[in-house]
Amino acid sequence: MNLYHYIVRLADNSHILGHRLAEWCGHGPFLEQDMAMTNIALDLIGQARSLYNLAAEVQNEGKTEDDIAFLRYEYEYQNFLLVEQPNGDFANTIVRQYFFSAYQLPYYKTLYENLQNKNDHHLTELRGILEKAIKEINYHLRWSGEWMIRLGNGTEESHQRMVNAVQNLYKYTGELFIADETDDTSLQSGFGVLLPEVKKDFDKSLFYIMERSGLTIPENETMQTGGKQGVHSEYLGYILAEMQYMQRAYPNSKW
Amino acid sequence: MDIMNLEKVFQSKIDDEIKIEPKDWMPDTYRKTLIRQISQHAHSEIVGMLPEGNWITRAPSLRRKVALLAKIQDEAGHGLYLYSAAETLGISREQLLEELHTGKAKYSSIFNYPALSWADMGSVGWLVDGAAIMNQVMLCRTSYGPYSRAMVRICKEESFHHRQGFEILLTLSQGTEAQKKMAQESINRWWKPALMMFGPPDDQSSNTEMSMKWKIKRETNDELRQRFVDVAVEQVKFLNMTLPDIHWNEERGHYDFGKLDWDHFWQVVKGNGPCNKQRLDARKKAHEDGAWVREAAMAYAEKEKLSLENQSKSA
Repeated sequence: MNLYHYIVRLADNSHILGHRLAEWCGHGPFLEQDMAMTNIALDLIGQARSLYNLAAEVQNEGKTEDDIAFLRYEYEYQNFLLVEQPNGDFANTIVRQYFFSAYQLPYYKTLYENLQNKNDHHLTELRGILEKAIKEINYHLRWSGEWMIRLGNGTEESHQRMVNAVQNLYKYTGELFIADETDDTSLQSGFGVLLPEVKKDFDKSLFYIMERSGLTIPENETMQTGGKQGVHSEYLGYILAEMQYMQRAYPNSKW
Repeated sequence: MDIMNLEKVFQSKIDDEIKIEPKDWMPDTYRKTLIRQISQHAHSEIVGMLPEGNWITRAPSLRRKVALLAKIQDEAGHGLYLYSAAETLGISREQLLEELHTGKAKYSSIFNYPALSWADMGSVGWLVDGAAIMNQVMLCRTSYGPYSRAMVRICKEESFHHRQGFEILLTLSQGTEAQKKMAQESINRWWKPALMMFGPPDDQSSNTEMSMKWKIKRETNDELRQRFVDVAVEQVKFLNMTLPDIHWNEERGHYDFGKLDWDHFWQVVKGNGPCNKQRLDARKKAHEDGAWVREAAMAYAEKEKLSLENQSKSA
């Protein structure tokens, strides 16, 4: 069961962030960036689909990707608080994306390495999903990093908006690196990821990009936690109300 | 060469099916007609993202959500090619958007109708994209080169959207009673507005004659509309559903489609449809909210350019 939870958590993060980015579709600051955000949303929801499918396989109860994606209760979603935060302005969306991608890339890369030479069929499949995702995340990190620099150095207004966004979101980065039972048992099973190692890479990327963007990392921030344990912000309930509407209103239907 | 001769050369190119290119001489009204038509088309793609965008967060399955997102992204891409095609006629994207936001430029009235159910994602694909394709296939052969080339690319994607829409309805038609009901209700609601997408009847269409002579348009509104009706009547049978007000006319050898409410059509064109204000407000808000981003990107590019210049000076 632990592998199921482990995979679902990865999926939930991609799914919920993909959902948020998809809210931009048709409302972006200009066409090219509207399309870029939709691209990233498509990547993330695509990752979530592969992972939910795999989770369903691991669980072996005859469920589909949609059963897991749409038909759980709020407390069963294990995504970080970071990814469920509202889009806010474009600066906020960029900073949220950068924080997440700067975590997701080293995490996925390490996991990919650790899954090498595993004979387990599910783990091999997971490795395949990661391989594809890593290419995508490289782009997400580059895209959001370039916008960090552009907006941090652009105009006074864009700089101020970036300062606000960092202030607003940095407090949600703490829980990305706090290990819980799922993380620990995955390590004991011999494939998990050491979060302090990921944190080092995250800090390195962040330090580099913040300096180039003329921004500073907030000090002595009290970190918010709970997402990984299913204790979410108020925002998730509304996300699920919309996301699950059709599945709840028309149960047992094919789409 | 005097104007008379230029016009003669221009018309003979058109008659010989030689494409007009951006640097060729063209009559002022030809240029204006094209800018009007291409920009209207580009705006339709962009505004058309909104009714479907309304259902992204509520799509009933992840597979459908991804397909819907990709479809709307295609529309953004079409908007981009078309704005670029319009720019070859000497107008900027900024100006084009300004005309949309002030209401000077129009977009297809169909997007002023609301998307009320998931089945609408099917109806929009099948009927709205289907009607658009009838027009667009003709435009692949339009006389202006950049427009014609953009349309070739757009048509390929549109016919994919058309099939995807039909497939959404087909799935619903094979589903539960509630799903069937949802599909039929949606088809009923979109059918006549879709028929009006072909524009007013030929005897009331002010632009048709000149556009036909210049081969910007190659078939009349009524011809296209009838062809669309005849095809749709056959397709709806696969859904075990019906189209409202359809009767076979033995004498004409075509289906009659009842009366279309042109007074209402003109009301919607004039801005009094169910969603005109909502759609335009959404576009304006996105543009205004994005102003600081565009400014910042430009300011940064400017700074980068300066620092590169300074580097090369000191080198």
